[in-house]
Amino acid sequence: MGLPQIRGAQAREVWRRLGAVTDPELDEPITDMGFVERLEVRRGEVDISFRLPTYWCSPNFAFLMADGIRKAAMAPAWVSKVRVRLMDHCFADRVNAAVNSGEAFDAVFAEMSDGADLSEVRETFREKAFLRRQEAVILGLKAMGWTAAQITGLTLAGYDALNLDNQPEAAAQKPRYREILVEDGLALLPDDLAFVTWRADPLLPEGLGDHMMRLRSIRINMEFNGAMCRGLAAARYKEVDRSGEEPELIDFLLGRVPPRDHGASPQSRS
Amino acid sequence: MYTTPDGKEIFVLDCHTHFWNGSPENQRNIHGKQFIDCFYAYHTGLSPKEQLWEKSRFEKQSVEQVYRDLFIDGPDDMAIIQSTYLKDFYKEGFSSIERSTQLANVNPGRFIVNGSFDPRDGEKALEYIHYMKETFDIKGVKMYTAEWNGDSKGWKLTDPAAYKCFELCEKLGIRNVHVHKGPTIIPLSKDAFSVDDVDYAATDFQGLNWIIEHCGLPRLDDFCWIATQETNVYAGLAVALPFIHARPRYFGEIISELLFWIGPEKILFGSDYAIWTPQWLVEKLWAYQIPEDIAAEHGVQLTDEIKEKILGLNAARLYDIDVAAKRAELAQTPVRIAAE
Repeated sequence: MGLPQIRGAQAREVWRRLGAVTDPELDEPITDMGFVERLEVRRGEVDISFRLPTYWCSPNFAFLMADGIRKAAMAPAWVSKVRVRLMDHCFADRVNAAVNSGEAFDAVFAEMSDGADLSEVRETFREKAFLRRQEAVILGLKAMGWTAAQITGLTLAGYDALNLDNQPEAAAQKPRYREILVEDGLALLPDDLAFVTWRADPLLPEGLGDHMMRLRSIRINMEFNGAMCRGLAAARYKEVDRSGEEPELIDFLLGRVPPRDHGASPQSRS
Repeated sequence: MYTTPDGKEIFVLDCHTHFWNGSPENQRNIHGKQFIDCFYAYHTGLSPKEQLWEKSRFEKQSVEQVYRDLFIDGPDDMAIIQSTYLKDFYKEGFSSIERSTQLANVNPGRFIVNGSFDPRDGEKALEYIHYMKETFDIKGVKMYTAEWNGDSKGWKLTDPAAYKCFELCEKLGIRNVHVHKGPTIIPLSKDAFSVDDVDYAATDFQGLNWIIEHCGLPRLDDFCWIATQETNVYAGLAVALPFIHARPRYFGEIISELLFWIGPEKILFGSDYAIWTPQWLVEKLWAYQIPEDIAAEHGVQLTDEIKEKILGLNAARLYDIDVAAKRAELAQTPVRIAAE
């Protein structure tokens, strides 16, 4: 886990765009999760390799990420070709063949997907991301002493004017929540309500408690995924946190004594 | 037996343990290697540092080691061993009922060995259920719906072939069905962790107890909803409990949700041995308090009385164990292991 070597302005541009690709289950950027192992740009051609926390990660999520990576990397005008490579995964070959040939997921995995496509999965996770981001902002407002009526009555203009400096998590999620809110047309005009359901229904002050309970259970599920993924990725990549300490038992178990060279290139730990 | 810091003796029934062989000699292919590697990553990811094992110790345990980890160093009075075959990955199966029974026979009265079957085997699965009942008198089974079997990459509890098997289990008095509901990789077209099939199966088989291992995480909300409606659905804490060390506040949220929705009578302790060992899990659970704000928000408490239920009394009820009689019996027969 960590960062691949990024050389040159073009590679930096692609890296920045990859930050918008999230793990659908976690709603966290793949670049933050350390999934991207290698990023190379040569004469307009981009090569990206990525690896997930386990060999068993669901192939539909792997495909969604691979597809997101390809689209993000294709975005700059100077890019002529993109190759995406998923490594060390039980369905790596099929995912790679599909994403690099532009085939649809259901064509490649027809016998395992009952003929359905991935749009339903995409929609499900978009909704979860929306609600998780919403919870973070609302929790911040509650911590600042806002009443239920103030929260449910907040308009988009009011939202944009919020100062969340003392609520770091809410502040971090504020632009991310707005992004889905507006992109999906749930609020467009300054007078539109900022907090609505995924079906664009307004929230009522007396219903806010139940709504928050639902958001909390969504967060608990996503945090489980996040914690497991981080733990599994750390173990898989043999990158258990050992910041500045003497070698510990884990280092001996994982064969890291004497200490590994931190400057090693990603390829050297395949 | 777990003895609390103030001297109270707590009956511990560890509902989810394995006696597996994931060693390279038993691996059939790369999938077998990746499977045990993934378990090992769970182990290294959530264990306290001083509890970490070397890979070789993790891949396969000796009989002596299991007794030591569970009953001598560990506080278990009894443990349920689950069978998991994964025949496409392991030559002799990952953990077989025959091998686990040999382990159990070394110190009778300590283990309950559960069977397993694959409904996709059709008639053979039914014959096999009869065989397990007659040969091992099983009281429960473990279902691993994500198991590969030839071209099939999994099955559902609601498959007609599965229903035939459950009908037979009910008829033969095999009442406890443990279902693995955690991260799976199929079906690809849907949310991969759906617990919907539990809802139907539990409704249609009221005579069976459905113990959902890993309490459906990462589908805790769906699971709670189902377990609240269905009186015969239980939550197994395996995998959820180790968060008590790595992320105690997060564990507080999980246990609060479970207490709020399904109540203290339907939550069962499981160490998931050999991924984790019961000693540190039980100690930490006993010492644990839900953070005040989370407890207040949910209106729940994790009292000593509730912990005692979770650690053994709830499962004892499902497996018809008279706790007082069992304690007396075990006191007469301390665990013996071969001299080292």
